[in-house]
Parts: sequence; C-alpha cells; structure tokens
Amino acid sequence: MSEILLQAKQISKHFGGVTALDRVDLTIKKGEIHCLMGENGCGKSTLIKIISGFYRPDGGSITFEGKEYDRLSIAESIGLGIQVIYQDMSIFPNLTVAENIAINNELYNRRKLVNWKAVKSIAKEALDHIGIELPLEAVVGELSVADKQLIAIARAILNNSKLIIMDEPTSALTRKEVDKLFKVIRQLQQEGISTLFVSHKLDEVFEIADQFTVFRNGKLVVADSAKNINDEQFVYYMTGRKLEEVAFTPKKIDHDRAILKVENLGLTNGFANISFEIHPGEILGITGLLGSGRTELAKTLFGLYSATEGHIYIDGREVQIRTPMDAIRHKIAYVPEDRLTEGLFLTQSIENNMIVSNIDRLKTGKKTVDYEKGHEDSLAWVKNLGIKLNELKDGIQTLSGGNQQKVVLGKWLETEPRVLILNGPTVGVDIAAKFDIHAYLRTLAEKMNLAILLISDDISEVLNNCNRILIIKNGRIVSEHVNTELDQHRLQELVTGSKEETA
Amino acid sequence: MKGKNLLKKNEFYIVIIIAVLACIIQAISGQFFTSNNLVDLLRSMIVPGMMAAGLFMVIVSGNIDVSFPYTAMLCMFAVTKWFSVINYQGPVFLAFLIAGLIGLVLGLLNGVLAAWLKLPTLIITLGTCTIFLGITQGVLQSSVISVLPAPMAKMAATNLFSVVNGETGLGSSMPVSILFLIAIYLIVGFIMKYTMLGRGIYAVGGDPVAAERAGFNVNFIRIFVFTFMGVVGGITGITQVTVSGMCQINFFDGYEMTIIAAVVLGGANIAGGSGTVIGTFLGVLLMKMISNNLILLGIPTNWSKFMTGILIIAGVSMSAYKSVLAKRRVASNILEDGHKEEA
Repeated sequence: MSEILLQAKQISKHFGGVTALDRVDLTIKKGEIHCLMGENGCGKSTLIKIISGFYRPDGGSITFEGKEYDRLSIAESIGLGIQVIYQDMSIFPNLTVAENIAINNELYNRRKLVNWKAVKSIAKEALDHIGIELPLEAVVGELSVADKQLIAIARAILNNSKLIIMDEPTSALTRKEVDKLFKVIRQLQQEGISTLFVSHKLDEVFEIADQFTVFRNGKLVVADSAKNINDEQFVYYMTGRKLEEVAFTPKKIDHDRAILKVENLGLTNGFANISFEIHPGEILGITGLLGSGRTELAKTLFGLYSATEGHIYIDGREVQIRTPMDAIRHKIAYVPEDRLTEGLFLTQSIENNMIVSNIDRLKTGKKTVDYEKGHEDSLAWVKNLGIKLNELKDGIQTLSGGNQQKVVLGKWLETEPRVLILNGPTVGVDIAAKFDIHAYLRTLAEKMNLAILLISDDISEVLNNCNRILIIKNGRIVSEHVNTELDQHRLQELVTGSKEETA
Repeated sequence: MKGKNLLKKNEFYIVIIIAVLACIIQAISGQFFTSNNLVDLLRSMIVPGMMAAGLFMVIVSGNIDVSFPYTAMLCMFAVTKWFSVINYQGPVFLAFLIAGLIGLVLGLLNGVLAAWLKLPTLIITLGTCTIFLGITQGVLQSSVISVLPAPMAKMAATNLFSVVNGETGLGSSMPVSILFLIAIYLIVGFIMKYTMLGRGIYAVGGDPVAAERAGFNVNFIRIFVFTFMGVVGGITGITQVTVSGMCQINFFDGYEMTIIAAVVLGGANIAGGSGTVIGTFLGVLLMKMISNNLILLGIPTNWSKFMTGILIIAGVSMSAYKSVLAKRRVASNILEDGHKEEA
C-alpha cells in the first residue's frame, strides 16, 4: 500500500500569458483511491491532461514506478498503464457494447483486421472482471449513462492498467449507480489498481477516498488524508473564503393566495397525482433521486411534455400548457438541467444568449429587433447578477459554468416571469457563484413576489434555500417538510429512503 | 430474440417495401418478373450502385461528398479523349486503371482539404465539384464523344449473357461490368465489417473526438474515405462509357442528390456512424425500381423524379418521426419501476 505509484513534482503549465498550473505536486500510492478537487478552472483537468500525455508541461517532472519523465506522450502514458475516463466517457454511441470495450485493445495491439469472436470474448472477460452484466450486442447509445460509465471502466482495465483517472464520474449517476461504481473502484483497489477520482462532491470524498488533494487557481492548496477534513474546511480550501449559508425563512408568506397551483397532475410513464401550491414569497423545493420523475415534472410545467392528467392554475386561473410557447405566454420561466444542451446557444455571443428569450419584446414598430435596447438590458443584468465577463459580444463559451448559469437566469428574469422553475441550477457551478445565485433567488422571492420552484438533488441546496420541501419518489410526492425541521442527514435519508431499502 | 433483432433491422423493412412494390408492379402490368425487365433493372443499377457503395463509406464517416459525379465525368472524358487521340489499341484494363488514378488524385484533394481545413465537407466538395466540371468543360472541351476507342467499344459490345422475353420479343443484355458492381460491394462490405479501418470509419462517424482519444488516425480515415470515393468515381466513369457506348456530359446530372438519397434510404444515418452496405444496395435497388418501372404502372416517365422525391421523403420521415415522438414521451416507465421496488 505504501509504495508510490505516481509522483508529479513541481508541474507548471502556461497557456499564453495565463498560468494554468503553478508548481503543483501530486502523489498517488499503489492501490490508493485519491480524490482531486477544486473549482472550475483550478487546473485539475490540465494536470490530468499532462499525466495522460495530451499536454506537455512547461516545468516539473512525473515519476511513475520509480522512473522519472520530463513529459509523457499519449502512447507512453497508455503504455505505462494510465487510463483516463473523461467526463463524456469517449464512448461510441453507434457501436455495440462489445466493440466499445474491445476497440482500444484492438488498436493498442495494432490489429488490422477485426476478429469478432475475440472482440466478444475480450468484452465478456472485461465485464466479468468488474462483475457487471450487460448485453454485448446492445448499441451503446440506447443504454443509460451509468452503463456507459461501466463500459468505459471495463475498457480501461483491459490494458493492464495501474492507474485509472476518472473525471467527475458521478455527476450523472443515481445513488444506486454510484454505489455500483464505488464497488467496482474498491474491487480495483483490491487488485492494486489506483484510482484518481476528480470530484467536487464532499460526501463522495468521505465515502471513497483515502487521500485528497485540493487545487485553487492553479496552485496546490492542501493534500491530506480524507479522514482529516470536514465540511467547513473543504469550502474554505476550495474557495479561499469562509462562506456560510443560513436556512431561508421568508418573513411574510401570503397563504391565502397561490401563484402556481398544481392539481393531480400526471404524465404517462412519468409521474402521477402531483399536487402543490406556491404562495407569494416562497421558494418551494422538490428533491428526489435521478429518475424519480423530478425532471419530467419540471419539463411538463414548462410544456416540454404535455400532462396527460390534472390541472395547472396561475394566479387562480386554470391554464393549458402544451408547448414551451404556452408556458412563456403564461409567464413561466425554466432554467433547465443541462445548460449546455438545453439552456444556451453555444456558438452565439453572451449578448445574443441574454436577449433571445425576449426577442418578441425587443420588436420595434417595423418588426425589426431593437438591439440597442437589448444591449442596455443585457448590461443591466450583468450588473445585477454580477456576471464576470470581458465583453458582451464574446462567445458564451468563454464564460465559466457559474457565469453561464447566471446568463441563463438573467435571460429568463428579463421576461418578467411569475413562476420561475429551476432544475439543478448549480450543477457544475463554482461554490462562490453558487452562493451568489442562491442569494439572488432569495431576493427574488422576498422582493419580487415570484413563485420559485427549485428542483435539485443537492441536499444542502434544497435545505438552505427552500422554506418548504417536497420529496418525490417513483413519480409520486411522498412527503412534505418545512426546512427548519430537517437537517442534511435526515433529508438525505428521506430522499434515498435508505431505511426502506435495507428493510 | 432472433426475430426481434430482425424487426429492428432497417434492411428488413426495405426488403418488405421492395417485395410489395414488385408485386404491385407485377399485378398491374404483368411485366415485372420478366427476364428482360430484371436484367434491365440490374443493368441500370451498375453505375449508381458503384457510386453509392463509395458514398456509403463517406457518409458513415460523418462526411458528405457531392463531387463524385463530376469526378466520374472528368475521368470519363479525360481517358476516352486521350485514348481516342493516341488511337489506343491495348487492353481496356488500362482505361480503368488510369481513370482510377485520376479519381484517386481528385479524391485525395477532397480528403486533404477536409482533413486540413476542418470545414463542413459539403462546402469543400461543392467547391471542388465546380472545379472538376470546369476542367471537363474548359480544358477538355468536352460535351459528347460518340466514337469510342477500340478497346472500350469492344467492351461495350461484350455481354455476359442476353435474354429475350418470349411474350414481348424485347431483349436485354447483361454487361460485364456487373462484376465490378459485385466486386465493389464485396470490397466495401469487407472493409467496413472486418478491418480496423472500417471500424474506424464507424467510430469517427459516431464520435470523432472519442475516436481520436482511442487512438484512431482521424485525419487518415477522412482522407481515405474521400480517396476511395475518388477511385470508385473514376472507375465508374469508364464503366458508364462501356455500358452506354458513348460519352455525354449530362450522364451524371443530378446523381449527387439521388445517390445520397439512395444511401440514406438504405438506412445509413446522414449524420454518420451507422448503416450497412447491404442496406445501401437495397436503397439503390428501390430507387431504380421506381424510376425504371413507373412506366409499367402507367405513370408517365416525366413523373419519375416526382415519385422518387415522394419515396425519399416518405422513407426518411418514418424513422425521423419515430425519434420526434420518442422525444415527447417519457421512455422508461418511472411509475412502474416504483411498483417493482415497493413490491
């Protein structure tokens, strides 16, 4: 256990004038599960790319199994037994499970022809090795994210791997799937394979890691045993600030009035008998596991699915919501789960992304767009939300995750919504930006009398920001709680229903 | 399980459509399952079929090529004209070889531009096809060559076999070049299914970034598919000459679109990554059945384009509509899963 597998010493990397990594160290022992953490842009993915040979470091050295290298090439890195599983998993959606698993191995052995029998037996062996059963002939595009993740792992262990690097592997997994993944990682550990696990979720660090390393702004902040860290320290290490949130308790709620009221709402295969009200000044939280129907509910309220049963009322009047256009007309705004595919036009500028939802309101008498007004509005939101940017005409992709999310929020607020639905609003968002967004939501609820529906699987987010919390399970609301009556542990228990499962 | 897989396969549905259509034509005209009609049908598939096989590879790799008819045209005129001028008398094989080599250069140009500029290949090949057409018209000054060089004329006159329909007295002959068609499908089928290069083409079409990380040479694959298409285009040009016995500048008019349509109709995803060579063959067959046999159904030939268009839209929209519907529905049953867990 104590033998050192990989030691990166004093690694530096610059891009143009920007320092991505400033003399950082990373030490991974044999058979160790090591967690690498930090905010977006802290340099963790740069270091991974240096270890895997995609980037050439500007300074420092990498020692692997006692041998020192100034730099590694991709082929060298793979040859040493280093395998990276990227966030997108680099899986071929159009090919079968068997081929996806075996293809790297076939390439590595420089085969020219495909032996389909060998492909199948290699794949079967790899899956058996990690104790997973998947249909070999299934096309991968039709499988779940978790299955894809497992395929990527099965593929990674084929070439006599010694170190497997996983870049945020749990971000799209359900709790059950995370358990399955962790089981596989521990099994690899038994065989002496080390895992470098990139994550920003603290509970996972406690659960799986032996050691952890935190980067901030390209510098090493701390490297220690996972036993020696707690919640507060963690936030401090990551952000360099002491940030604390107190539970949201609205001062006045008008219980006689409901801005949004949902009655017995149902969607075939999605959810059933959903009823709730949101009163002015409230933030209502809905939380549940991935696949509990929470996203389907959000999408239905915004018209992306049309409900097959039940009624929706806004300010006491029943409304029909069949398309997003209906929803926008009834002043409903939706900050979606995946801002990259659902919330933003990635090839467009920041400003175009800001004004797109209001394009109708920017119409002039001659049916052309009043860009000047759009520009003024955009500037106002940049200021209000504290979006950090160079220029509004820069591409949206130049912004960090947190600032992108603020743009999504801003563009919807500009439509002056009555109902604001947020689905996982701070996934992949820096802690600091996360706190900003939360603070802004509270202001909106208190001052603007918006009905805010916050759907999230981030327990502390829901607990701190929602005065009432509904728990959704298997497409049904199972209980309702007031936030001040719960703590994190209890809420987590309610969501996962761990008591039921063990019973 | 086996039956279920069959139902999932796109080829299965094309075969059914082809069978139904054949029966309809037979029922109305009584002329579909006649020896001369079937030979005519196969004969008319040779040139578009060869092009479709090459294009199938390009499309699977996630690219598109609209320049191949112009490659074929250029090679056809260049070689025929040259052989006429020098009064070539040697083996006809050389004509195919030279046309293939010219096609290789033109295809390589497409491939290198695609790999280097990383522009959408529709734009690149739109540009190069105009250049190829310009060379054919400007440098070669060509529009019609009615007297072929001797070896090519000889091949045009040679047939594998001929058939005569006893009832109508109409005859039809099978050209030797049907063997090229068969050979190209075998070669493409083998490459795509049994070589790492072929799997690389699928991989690049599925996810080019993942393909690069896995260790495929993505640029090489891109260059290969275009070069292969070029070679096929060149050979097809000479094949066309030996099938029709002359050169004409309008032989391949509109081919870029109909052949793309045939490949897509055969089940290849226009965005790349999926499709089979058998499906492509069936796509071409279906296309040709429509355009050749409308007259047997009593539909004037002027309407053949119209019908082909309808067929393309109908064929492609079926699968597209399925995925549109799928997006508006919750795929896996959350509610039912719940019951299972509770139970």
